[in-house]
Amino acid sequence: MAAIRQPSVLPGFGLTFGFTTFFLSAVVLLPLAALVLMAASMTWHDFVHVVFSARAMGSYRLSFGASFLAASINLVFGFIIAWTLVRYEFPGRKLIDALIDMPFALPTAVSGIALTTVFAENGWIGQYLQPLGIKVAYTWIGVTVALTLIGLPFAVRSVQPALLEVQRDLEDAAETLGAGRLYVFRRIILPTVLPALLTGFTLAFARAVGEYGSVIFIAGNLPMKTEITPLLIVIRLEEFDYKGAAALGFVMLVISFVVLLMINLLQAWGRRRIVAGAR
Amino acid sequence: MAAGAQSASLDDISTRPGRDTIVSSIVRWTFISLSLLFLAALLFAPLATVFVMAFEKGWRAYVQSFADPDTAAAIRLTLITALVVVPINTVFGLAASWAMAKFEFRGKSFLITLIDLPLAVSPVISGMVYVLLFGLHGWFGVWLQEHDISVIFALPGIILATMFVTFPYVARELIPLMQQLGNDEEEAAITLGAGGWITFFRVTLPKVRWGLVYGVILCNARAMGEFGAVSVVSGHIRGLTNTMPLHIEILYNEYNFVGAFAVASLLTLLAVATLVVKTLVERTGYRRR
Repeated sequence: MAAIRQPSVLPGFGLTFGFTTFFLSAVVLLPLAALVLMAASMTWHDFVHVVFSARAMGSYRLSFGASFLAASINLVFGFIIAWTLVRYEFPGRKLIDALIDMPFALPTAVSGIALTTVFAENGWIGQYLQPLGIKVAYTWIGVTVALTLIGLPFAVRSVQPALLEVQRDLEDAAETLGAGRLYVFRRIILPTVLPALLTGFTLAFARAVGEYGSVIFIAGNLPMKTEITPLLIVIRLEEFDYKGAAALGFVMLVISFVVLLMINLLQAWGRRRIVAGAR
Repeated sequence: MAAGAQSASLDDISTRPGRDTIVSSIVRWTFISLSLLFLAALLFAPLATVFVMAFEKGWRAYVQSFADPDTAAAIRLTLITALVVVPINTVFGLAASWAMAKFEFRGKSFLITLIDLPLAVSPVISGMVYVLLFGLHGWFGVWLQEHDISVIFALPGIILATMFVTFPYVARELIPLMQQLGNDEEEAAITLGAGGWITFFRVTLPKVRWGLVYGVILCNARAMGEFGAVSVVSGHIRGLTNTMPLHIEILYNEYNFVGAFAVASLLTLLAVATLVVKTLVERTGYRRR
């Protein structure tokens, strides 16, 4: 132990490190290993058959397509909301700032039934969209709406601190020298917040891909049409097809890892840029 | 640079000279209206709906929906789960942050990534891993059945799945906070002869108390509200293995909207309370990184 750890006068390394690694292994790592082992116990042929079945492909298309769309909406509105909260003073600003975290604190089942009620044909908003021929509840649009709500806090909270970092004196200097607002935005504001914007997008996307609770109420859950991948996993489990479920779970796990890696790279990039900007 | 820019931009919102042109005020009102419209449709309307639907048939129907023994059982189960899970994950968070923040060792950042792993995993997978371990056709299914132990479709499974999902919340709050606050006081206490536990309770714990509160309330909110992971392991047995979020689903699918939204209103109030505590903690000067 002494070889891998620098000496310290503080006690308790053995106890806390031991407890942390033991508990982490017991609660998180071993169960995840069980999933990988279950998927690995399949023959390659069976695995491919499950993972690339038409129904699975349909669910990926919806899960990743709707998540990408939702994260893109959050990229735009996350920036608009963060900008509004950081730059403008208006009544209720602090309240709205606090409420941004609501989708994070609100149980997904609650947001699921509430969104479905609002966007149903006779709902508060659904009744106005119905005559326009837009059906939200029980379609892919509803899935996107639910995933947008879920990802919103991640997008706003990523951009907000970055916007505070933007050097206002640089903006003033640019304007004094004759730059228009759009030019200032493109050359000063956007470069500063770009890593944060992309991080927010990726976080919102990652959260949306795995989301289950809020989606299953508003999606129609029809195979090939409005069935998300997590729901397909649950259906496989209920059929006691553990291997099929594990194979699909494995695919999602791999994608989560890739997204996680991207987030880490983006954040490292963002930190480098801020450090470079300070010099 | 960062601190100066931050305080300046907070102070002079909308008071900067030379900014009151027509264009800038049009831009301002466009941004504010877009933000408010977006939030109204996506967030405020659903929140209001919860209470409107819960009280659709009046106060008495609302109150009566809690008299249903299955609803009462669901509330009890959710409270029991949170009472077991939150303290365990709090102890874990404290241990993990002590190990990560007080010592330098190889592989630390990898370990921190592993602790955050449950946040990146779909809730459905968080529940499924325990089904694969302890379910009837899982790795230990036969052994458990022979010994007459039920984990899946029973309380232990619900607790395990909730523990997985809420695992990182306290730790990820405390690790950066402890790292930032440094070890000077602790080292002084130890050098002057205080024991490890005394140092922890008298020096470290008071130092990180707001971060701890922050992590614990977020952990609790997620523990009480978790749907996907618990749904996979619970088996949805009314009155026995239904937590509040699962009970909402059952009532909603039975078209008992008052009942479903009444339970939902409790969870919404929990979320509001969580945000209030969070805002109060932030007002003490504690800021999330």
